[in-house]
Amino acid sequence: MSHQGVVAACSDAVTMIDRSVRLARRNVDTLFVSLLLPLLMMALFVYVFGGAINTGTEYVNYVVPGILLLTTGYGASSTAMVVADDMNSGMIDRLRSLPIHSFAVLTGHVVASVARNATSTAIVILASLAMGFRPEGGVVDWLAAIGLLLLYVVALSWLAAGLGVIAKSVESASTLSFFMLFLPYLSSAFVQPESMPSWLRPISEHQPITPVIETVRSLLIGTPMENNGRIALAWCCGLLLFSVVLATSLYRRRTNR
Amino acid sequence: MIVEATGLKKSYGATEVLTGVDLSVAEGSVLALLGPNGAGKTTTVRILTTLTRPDSGTATIAGYDVLREPARVRGVISLTGQFAAVDENQTGRENLVMVGRLMHLGRRTARRRTTELLEQFGLTDAMDRRVKTYSGGMRRKLDLAMSLIAHPQVIFLDEPTNGLDPASRSAMWDAIVELVRDGTTILLTTQYLEEADRLADRIVLLDQGRIVASGTADALKTQIGGERIELRFTDEVQLLKAAGVLSGVVDQLVLNVPSDGTAAHLHQVLDVLRDNGLTPERVSSHRPTLDDVFLALTA
Repeated sequence: MSHQGVVAACSDAVTMIDRSVRLARRNVDTLFVSLLLPLLMMALFVYVFGGAINTGTEYVNYVVPGILLLTTGYGASSTAMVVADDMNSGMIDRLRSLPIHSFAVLTGHVVASVARNATSTAIVILASLAMGFRPEGGVVDWLAAIGLLLLYVVALSWLAAGLGVIAKSVESASTLSFFMLFLPYLSSAFVQPESMPSWLRPISEHQPITPVIETVRSLLIGTPMENNGRIALAWCCGLLLFSVVLATSLYRRRTNR
Repeated sequence: MIVEATGLKKSYGATEVLTGVDLSVAEGSVLALLGPNGAGKTTTVRILTTLTRPDSGTATIAGYDVLREPARVRGVISLTGQFAAVDENQTGRENLVMVGRLMHLGRRTARRRTTELLEQFGLTDAMDRRVKTYSGGMRRKLDLAMSLIAHPQVIFLDEPTNGLDPASRSAMWDAIVELVRDGTTILLTTQYLEEADRLADRIVLLDQGRIVASGTADALKTQIGGERIELRFTDEVQLLKAAGVLSGVVDQLVLNVPSDGTAAHLHQVLDVLRDNGLTPERVSSHRPTLDDVFLALTA
């Protein structure tokens, strides 16, 4: 790509980010749901189920990192729906008939998704502090935890964008992204994998969400880190790479019929 | 020729949508692709606007190949599709500026063009309202305005008035006529004969993925021939007498006499009637409408 090409591509991306963020801000329903549901889930687990679950620590401290991942799951699944809505509207034909790089459209959606997720995650963290979450981590630990969560959110947003691209409707995007909402329940988010039946434990221990949660837990509440940091980073980077390639190639295929 | 297409073919699975379409549009002219639903109009437009790849065939727009230089083609065309391609949750102004920026107009130029187009399409009062509050006619106008922001060389309009009420349709026609006056090349698709007749210099009749006829509206009407003089009588006696001296087809109290449309022939017919003491109540000359052409060629 020539120098001018790069400048044009960046300018396209900025215009598309501007658009997606504006649309996200105005899509009050989506914003509300991706915020309200995690808050309700957190209240449910802390106040209702939490008393019956033994994790060896104060349950609220145990569960908050899991709730954060759950929040990103909700955020990402709404991204899949937003992208699907766009792909199935007349707008995508206009965008495609413009001389812009195809990357720009998805970049716009992903950046808006990350911004929305970051906002809801921040609000969930504030709410959790009000519910009694008492992290012990210092500034560096917090920065590391936020960095990892951001990386995870970016990767998940690209994956969601890819799902949105292949979905034939908003409804099917919501169905396709169901696993993003479901996977946290099969992780160490709410209960320790040790308490699960033997056939489920390996699934729980070796899926991407568990090491991310364990890393955040270790950074914020001081549980042992073991190998989790490295495994979490590997999962996130791998997922990011895979998702970017998947989403852009699906976009090209979908838009070249 | 600013638009040239040769041998365009496209199938979806076992369904052949286009079976070899050739098209050319002269710069500054308006071509209407006329045909019923499923004739292949939209597929043709999608191929020419780089949105769909043909299975075979070639096409160039302003000299750029749609398959090999799609980015260059996109730089000189604009597409207004069947469904208004506008962001519901952006205002009219935001939609326009966005497309201007994506066409790589500078920030200032994009804003200036936005103001001009809002004015031109009578949307200035609504410019800061979200598009979801717009009527169907306003959306189409905004859609067309978005297409025009960077002065495209060729404008593709896919059924521009589909689903509009008569007043909005008429306003849309005026807007298109305005563009034509500025010398823009337009390729439009339509199911409405009246629309093609009114807007287009040349009409291409498409049916089941192939071209069944093409030419000016007049040429098409002449092509199926059938120009006739209608003689209406007040009673059957006169009618039958007239049918005896002129060859024609009787339809109730009307005698349809085939004609070549010249004044000389009309004279001749009237002379024959006068010589036989016959006075029809009404005389009219009837040319086939595009409807007749359409039915004759696609039936």
